[in-house]
Amino acid sequence: MQNGNSEPRKHTISVQVENKFGVLSRVAGLFSARGYNIESLSVGETIDPTVSRMTIVVHGDEFVIEQVMKQLHKLVDVIKVSDLTDDNHVERELVLVRVNAEPQHRAEILRVGDIFRAKVIDVTPVSYTLEATGDEGKIEAMIELLKPMGIQELVRTGKVAIARGPKTRARKVVEASKRPRVSDDPRVVGFAD
Amino acid sequence: MRHSGARIVLECLKREGVDTIFGLPGGAVLPIYDALYDFEGLRHILVRQEAAAGHAAEGYARTTGKVGVCLVTSGPAATNLVTALQDAMMDSIPIVAFTGQVPTHLIGNDAFQEADNVGITRPCTKHNFLVKDGKDLGPTIREAFHLAKTGRPGPVHVDLPKDILVKETDLVWPEKVHMRSYNPTYDGHPGQIKKAARLIARARKPVFYVGGGVISSDAAAELRQLAELTQVPVTTTLMGLGAFPSAHPLSIEMLGMHGTYYANMAVHHSDVLVAIGARFDDRVTGKVDMFAPHAEIVHIDIDPSSISKNIKVDIPIVGDCRRVLKALLAAVREELKEEMPSAVREARKQWAEQIVEWREKAPLAYEWSDDVIKPQYVVQEISNLTQGEAFIVTGVGQHQMWAAQYYKFKHPRHWCTSGGLGTMGYGLPTAMGVQAANPGKLVINIDGDGSFQMNSQELATCFTEGLPVKTVIINNSGHGMVRQWQRIIYKERYCAIDLPGIPDWVKLAEAYGCVGLRVTKPSEVVLALEKMLSTPAPVILDVCVDKDECVFPMVPAGGANTDMILALPTREVKDKAAKSQTGF
Repeated sequence: MQNGNSEPRKHTISVQVENKFGVLSRVAGLFSARGYNIESLSVGETIDPTVSRMTIVVHGDEFVIEQVMKQLHKLVDVIKVSDLTDDNHVERELVLVRVNAEPQHRAEILRVGDIFRAKVIDVTPVSYTLEATGDEGKIEAMIELLKPMGIQELVRTGKVAIARGPKTRARKVVEASKRPRVSDDPRVVGFAD
Repeated sequence: MRHSGARIVLECLKREGVDTIFGLPGGAVLPIYDALYDFEGLRHILVRQEAAAGHAAEGYARTTGKVGVCLVTSGPAATNLVTALQDAMMDSIPIVAFTGQVPTHLIGNDAFQEADNVGITRPCTKHNFLVKDGKDLGPTIREAFHLAKTGRPGPVHVDLPKDILVKETDLVWPEKVHMRSYNPTYDGHPGQIKKAARLIARARKPVFYVGGGVISSDAAAELRQLAELTQVPVTTTLMGLGAFPSAHPLSIEMLGMHGTYYANMAVHHSDVLVAIGARFDDRVTGKVDMFAPHAEIVHIDIDPSSISKNIKVDIPIVGDCRRVLKALLAAVREELKEEMPSAVREARKQWAEQIVEWREKAPLAYEWSDDVIKPQYVVQEISNLTQGEAFIVTGVGQHQMWAAQYYKFKHPRHWCTSGGLGTMGYGLPTAMGVQAANPGKLVINIDGDGSFQMNSQELATCFTEGLPVKTVIINNSGHGMVRQWQRIIYKERYCAIDLPGIPDWVKLAEAYGCVGLRVTKPSEVVLALEKMLSTPAPVILDVCVDKDECVFPMVPAGGANTDMILALPTREVKDKAAKSQTGF
C-alpha cells in the first residue's frame, strides 16, 4: 500500500486458537502465503484444553501488523488475537545451552550462570548444560558471555508473552484461593466479583 | 438408528437442502456412490473431469444463492479440484467440496491414490475438515455449510476417509451451529454509517464503486434505491456486473483495466468514492497511488481484512452489504431532509454533465466491417436477442472482456465469470451447473477457442445429462489476450499464441451428440444466433472473428487508470506502455 507510515519494528502477538489438528499449519501457512516475516512462534495448551495459545513475534510496520492481525482473525479456528507490544505485558524466553567446560572455564561458566539465575541441568567432564529464562535481552547477554567458552549446542523456545493483570483483582483471587470456589477456576476469573 | 457413514453424508446433504451434486466416483468414495444407488431426492450429475464438478457447483451457487456441492474421490481427483476451489475462494462463492480419502489407518502411508488433501486445500479454501470419526460427520457437514454461506462466502472442503464412510454409526445432527471462533459482523456501525451518509449527501463528485458483494448479499434493490435517491453514478467491477442495470441512466458500467473511459475518469476525479462489496483489486485500481487520488473513500465490506488492504480507506464499514445499504438509505434520507447547499447542487449538476461529456468523448466502440465478424458485434447481438434475460457465463480472455463490456446486464445472479483467479476453461462446466440449477432457462456460454478447449470434454456431460447449454465460441484461432499484450506491450514478438483452426468445432460438437454451427460472415451472425437459441439441444456456435481485434480501453498493468489506451496505439504509445509494464 502507498502509505507505509510507521517504522517497521518487532511486534508480539498473542493468538488464542482452537486446540485442533492443523491449526499451526494454518497459521504458518498464512504467514508464508502473505509474505510476512515471522521471527518466532511458540505454542502450547492453555488451562482450557480445547484452547491453545500462540505467541508470535513478527516484524513489520503498523500497516503490515494491522493486516497480520486481520488475517489471523479471519482464520476460522482463531478465537482471539491481541497485539501485546504496546500493552503492559511480560515476555519470557527459555534457552538450553550446552557449553564446553574445560577445567580453566568451569568456575567462570558457573559464575555467569549465577549472574543470570541459570540452572545447571546436566554436567559431564567436558560440558555444562544451562537452562535460563528471561526476556530477549537477558538471554542474548548470557549467550554472548558464554560464547568465548565455546557453545556446543543451543536451543531457544521463542518468546512467550502474557498481559499483566489488573492488580486489585489479582489480590482478591489469591485470598479466595484458601477456600475452593467456582471463581477459583482461572477461566472465570473475569467474573469473580 | 445406525447408518453407514456414507448414508449419513447423503442424509446430511438432504437436510441442508441440497438437491444436486456434481461429482465423479472413484475408489475412496465408492461407499457414497453405493448409498446413492437407492437414495431418494438427490440428483447426481456425472462430470468428465473433477475441476468441472467444482466449477459446476460454482455456477449453481452463483445463480441460486444456495451452496453448491461437489463430490470427488481421493488423490488425483482432489488435486484436480484445487483450481475450482481457489477460483471459488477468490470470487467468494459458497461451495462445499467433498473428497474421498484413503482409510484412516493408511493415511500417511503413501497409499494408492493418497494425497494430503486437507494440506493441499488449506490455503485455497475458507476452511477445511478431515473427518476422523463417524459421529463427527453431522456436525462437520453442518459447520461446513454454515461457513460456506455466512460471512464472506467461500469454498469449504470436507475430506472423508473410506473407513469412516463404511462404518455404521448414529447420525448426530446439531440443530444450531455455534462456533465460538467464528462470528461475522453483519450490521454496520451506526456512527460510521451516519458519517458516510453525510459525506454522500454533501459530495460534489460522488461515485459508487460496486463489486460482487452486492450480488452475494442480494442487495441490488437497495443499491438501486440508494443510487436513485442520491443520483450518484454507479460503476461496477467485473464481479459486480448485474448488480445495477447496465442501461440505467446512472450506470457508467465497468471500471478498471478494460473498463469504460468514463467510469475510470469518473472514479479518478471523484471526491467521494463509496466502495460497496468490492476489494480494490489491482485490475480495478491500476497504479494504487494514482487511484481516486482526490477522493474520500467509504468502504463497505463484510471482510475486515479487505479494508485498507490495498487502498487507505477513510470511512470503513464492516458489515453485510444489504443491511448496511438499508441503514445507509435511511441515514441518507435523514441527511437529505436538510436542503442541499446551492453550491453542492450546482456542483452535482456539473458532475453529471461532465460524465455525459466523457461518455460522448469515448464511448465503447469498435470499427465495423462488412467482411469479417467483429467479436463485439456478436456480443451486442446476443444482448439484443436475449434482452438481458439470459444467464451469461464466460471463459477467460478477450471474449470475457467483450462480454463484460457489450452485454447489457439487467439482473443480478445472471452473470458468471472467473474474476479473481481468471481460470480459463471455466465457461462450459460453470454453464452446466447454471443450467442444472435453472432448468428450462436460457444459459449462454460466451467462450474463446483457447479457453473452451480446457474443458471441452464436458460437452459429454451436457449431452448425457440433458443440459442444453449454448456455447458461442469467439474463435480468433489463438490466445487472443496474450496476442494483444504481445502486440501492444511486447513489440509484436508473438510467441506461443496460435491455435490454427483445430479442432473443427462443428465436428467436435457432433462427436459429443451436440449441435454444431459455424458462421464466418457478419451478415449471418443474427441468423445463426437465432438458430442456436431455437435449438433445444446443447449447441456450439463457432463464430470465426477478426483475429486482430483488441480489447479497448486498456490500462497496461501497473499504469494509472487515466493512462488508458483507447485504440490501437502508435509506436510512441507502445514504447510508453512497454515501460509502464510491471512484469505480468
